[in-house]
Amino acid sequence: MHIAIIGNGISGITAARYIRKLSDHQITVISSESDHFFSRTALMYIYMGHMRFEDTKPYENWFWEKNRIELKKGFVEKVNHQNSELLFAGGEKMKYDKLILATGSASNKFGWPGQDLEAVHGMYSLQDLEAMEKHSDGLERAVIVGGGLIGIEMAEMFHSRNIPVTFLVRETDFWNGVLPIEESKMIGRHISENHIDLQLATELKEIIDDGKGKACAVITSKGERIECGFVGLTAGVHPNINFLKESGIEIQRGIVVNDFLETNIPNIYAIGDCAQMTNPKPGRRPVEAIWYTGRMMGETVAYNVCGKKIAYDPGLWFNSAKFFEIEYQVYGTVMAKMADNHEAIYWEHSDGRKSIRVIYDKNTEEIVGFNLMGVRFRHEVCEKWLKEKTNVDVVLQDLAIANFDPEFYKTHEHEVLKIYNQKAGKNLTPKKKRGWSQAFKFLQS
Amino acid sequence: MKLIKNIGLALFILALTIFVASLTLSNHTLTEAVLSKNISNTYHQEMIKQQAGDLMGKEFGSNVAFINAFKPVLNNSLEALDKASGVDRANGIWNAVPEKLPKGVSENDYRMFPNTVDDYLFSLTKYSAGGLLPGNSNWFFLLSFILAALGGLMYLLPDLNLIPGIKNNQIYDSPATRGITFQVRMIFLGMTILTSILMVFFKYLLIGILTIAAGIFIIYRIYKTNKENNVSFSKTRKATAPKGLGWIGISFGIFLILFYVTLYFFPEYITNWTLMLDPISESLSGNTAGRWFLYGFLYTMVMFVMGIRMLIKYRHNNYQLIRTGSVMFFQTAFAFLIPEFLLRLNQPYMDFKNAWPLDYDFFFEIDKMYGQGTEFAIAGWATSVGTMMFIWGIVLTLIVVPFFTYYFGKRWYCSWVCGCGGLAETLGDPYRQLSDKSLTAWKYERYIIHGVLVFAIVMTGMVIYTYMTGSSNILFLDSYNVRSWYGFFIGSMFSGIVGTGFYPLMGNRVWCRFGCPLAALMGLVQRFQSRFRITTNGGQCISCGNCSTYCEMGIDVRAYAQRGQNVVRASCVGCGICAAVCPRGVLRLENGTVDIDNRVTELKTVHVKSINFKDGAFSLEGNEV
Repeated sequence: MHIAIIGNGISGITAARYIRKLSDHQITVISSESDHFFSRTALMYIYMGHMRFEDTKPYENWFWEKNRIELKKGFVEKVNHQNSELLFAGGEKMKYDKLILATGSASNKFGWPGQDLEAVHGMYSLQDLEAMEKHSDGLERAVIVGGGLIGIEMAEMFHSRNIPVTFLVRETDFWNGVLPIEESKMIGRHISENHIDLQLATELKEIIDDGKGKACAVITSKGERIECGFVGLTAGVHPNINFLKESGIEIQRGIVVNDFLETNIPNIYAIGDCAQMTNPKPGRRPVEAIWYTGRMMGETVAYNVCGKKIAYDPGLWFNSAKFFEIEYQVYGTVMAKMADNHEAIYWEHSDGRKSIRVIYDKNTEEIVGFNLMGVRFRHEVCEKWLKEKTNVDVVLQDLAIANFDPEFYKTHEHEVLKIYNQKAGKNLTPKKKRGWSQAFKFLQS
Repeated sequence: MKLIKNIGLALFILALTIFVASLTLSNHTLTEAVLSKNISNTYHQEMIKQQAGDLMGKEFGSNVAFINAFKPVLNNSLEALDKASGVDRANGIWNAVPEKLPKGVSENDYRMFPNTVDDYLFSLTKYSAGGLLPGNSNWFFLLSFILAALGGLMYLLPDLNLIPGIKNNQIYDSPATRGITFQVRMIFLGMTILTSILMVFFKYLLIGILTIAAGIFIIYRIYKTNKENNVSFSKTRKATAPKGLGWIGISFGIFLILFYVTLYFFPEYITNWTLMLDPISESLSGNTAGRWFLYGFLYTMVMFVMGIRMLIKYRHNNYQLIRTGSVMFFQTAFAFLIPEFLLRLNQPYMDFKNAWPLDYDFFFEIDKMYGQGTEFAIAGWATSVGTMMFIWGIVLTLIVVPFFTYYFGKRWYCSWVCGCGGLAETLGDPYRQLSDKSLTAWKYERYIIHGVLVFAIVMTGMVIYTYMTGSSNILFLDSYNVRSWYGFFIGSMFSGIVGTGFYPLMGNRVWCRFGCPLAALMGLVQRFQSRFRITTNGGQCISCGNCSTYCEMGIDVRAYAQRGQNVVRASCVGCGICAAVCPRGVLRLENGTVDIDNRVTELKTVHVKSINFKDGAFSLEGNEV
């Protein structure tokens, strides 16, 4: 059986690897972006000079031949499912028995005037990175539009080369659709202390042409004109599925798939950023452009392709990111606007770059989520507490076993407990210490 | 801020220039006073005077001219004394004929030997110096050593104004730290090997031939590895690959290599540096400064300044702060000051933290431990202090090292105590990203480092045999020769010239990764029976590769992290940088007893459906249909 996979990102590659583990089928991975799998999340580090492109490849080049995974560089223009055939730009054709679509995302553009000018780019692909590089020499200011994770990464990239940045964010506080207000304010402060010109509640109105087809300035919703040599469009991403419009594969926002990642056409599957779940699990969105969901889908689809039906279930919500120097982790349900039956314990370090937020259910006293800034927590421990709906008293007394900061770091769990004691009129004391032994015992229990 | 940095850099470059130039700023005249002060042996003194003839009292414009003139004089003196004592190599007479020696004088007191020639050449060059530098050595000390340190600190301290966090911006764009392309690396290896061959040809033909063979093999291997991993995505991007020449790095590497070659094999050319350090050496040990004092002083100072750099860079990270403070302390106290004080107290020179086989002199020359750079030797082990040291050496090696490694992993030594590790973690920190992460490199690493370990074990066994039986021949090998091979190949070439000189070329832990026998030994303990491991944090890894890039030991940390697997590797020195640079908080260095036999977990399945945490491994509880 020949399995073709379009897209060599984390989803497609994970699928290929697991199919190889499970079977001897012929596997072809197709990409027009790069010859080999690289970690998209590390693109920023290439620009910042932390890593070379070669260092972003999780597998050495011999890996693919050794595991009999064929790599094909090419751009698929059409999927002809009646003949089980792919049509490439340039006219080449390829037969498949099963097809996995893992085409990822593309940057959003909302019809701004001038959005297709030169020096206007998103930050998603290797080609975007090259464009940034090309326009960086002698760049005197960059404007970034859209305050999400990619926007702040782009700001950090330019900042690393001492290029001044103006950061236009539609919301009144940075990423406040996701982060609770204290954390949102903290990141806002941190962006400003890095000398980024953060303009909140400001949108892009127009990008100005310098007369030669290149962007030279932007005009904001407040009417201000900002001169700049580069405009970064980072207002989110959407599934990269344009080429499938006439294919007969059902498409809404993304490629519509059931629990087994099957599309409406037999033998065609979709995974990763480009897939849209018909029945997302409670608390999850239909389209999730996240690294680990792509990886989980890749693994799940491999079983389904190889004839062992397994439903996709991403489990409890978690995520992480880094905003300049502040690391961010979240486990469980943490909403920007807390549900009415929830209560939060929030502790913030006096330096304003660290915080711990623990959220629980007021009525049942069950733990529901953790939100962390500048502090690392252990995934497995948090997950077990959340899954078992542990009582918040128990969690806070044992909180140290969740701490994943390096050795000798100051622990702050007792301060969280102190705040809780005051709030709830209790007198609880810490019961456990940080470290693998206690965490392991808990996980085994 | 930028201005202060630039002034600091300028001062450092100025000081470095003065430092190098100071080697030429002397003229040399050998007077009778210098001769009698530096050579106490009257037979040698007389013979050298006789052989020197007109050259006595003559002024030489540079140390090179002086050495060119007096090296033959000293060699002729050796020959003449040999002849006078009845040695006749042509006719197979290798030892002195007792009747020909003056009455009551032993052969060793009468004859000169090659190492005597080396010692005399060093001290005569040093103390025959006059002119600008010797007359103003204190000023030159301030303008080179101290000014360089101050310039360095001025360059580093303004970084305190930056927001604490990972600061690796533009490492791969800088010509100092970007590394080199593999062609340049091959040229480098070739040149280093060629230099060593030229040097060795003067002494041992066999070793020269072996070196050529090893060199050709290394070059072939690097060529082949690079061909296997050929870069196929070849579009050039500023930070894609070391496109330009890392010329500052290359210059720095060449400087270090030349420094080590001179220090080990031609110390007579750098006597002016030791002249500047005489006051300090005398105040510490009471002796004048020899080349090893120069080396120790420089080493400690560099580690101190670059240690401060490390402390500033990682001031948000307590593990790095404490660890760096620890290596700085052990270098200053144990490697530098305590041995000097021991000499002052007329005790054997000893670095109490050096276990077998790093301090091989200690085990192999237990009956004659020399004070550094001086002529006085003490029958160390016969004294009570010497006995204590000998016992401490054995306890350290057989009990302390395995015990601590069991509890904490080899990091307790390699990145908290060791001098080589200390230099690698301070001076070498800007180069940690240049280590080779390929599977091929790992394969060769295991062969080479365990090869050195076997070499060290065999050598120790032979020395003990010789010590017990008095016979130096075992099968076809002479235990003395094996030791000098080890000293040349492992001690000088590998740990010094390649180990440090290759920082900007192949990363900062070349010696620790490929050569150190103690690291190999502790690695075996760490791999098979230790509480130490690096754990990974569930499904948070995004495969970005920062951990692998900044692993100085060339471990592909990402390969473990992205599978949720614990890192249990013999080579890991526990520097903790992988955990520090991880943007998602995925890695943690930990010690744990609860699962000591299950540290090497099977890959936790990434698709965490529900955690089934039995026997230390996750397993998939899928909802099969």
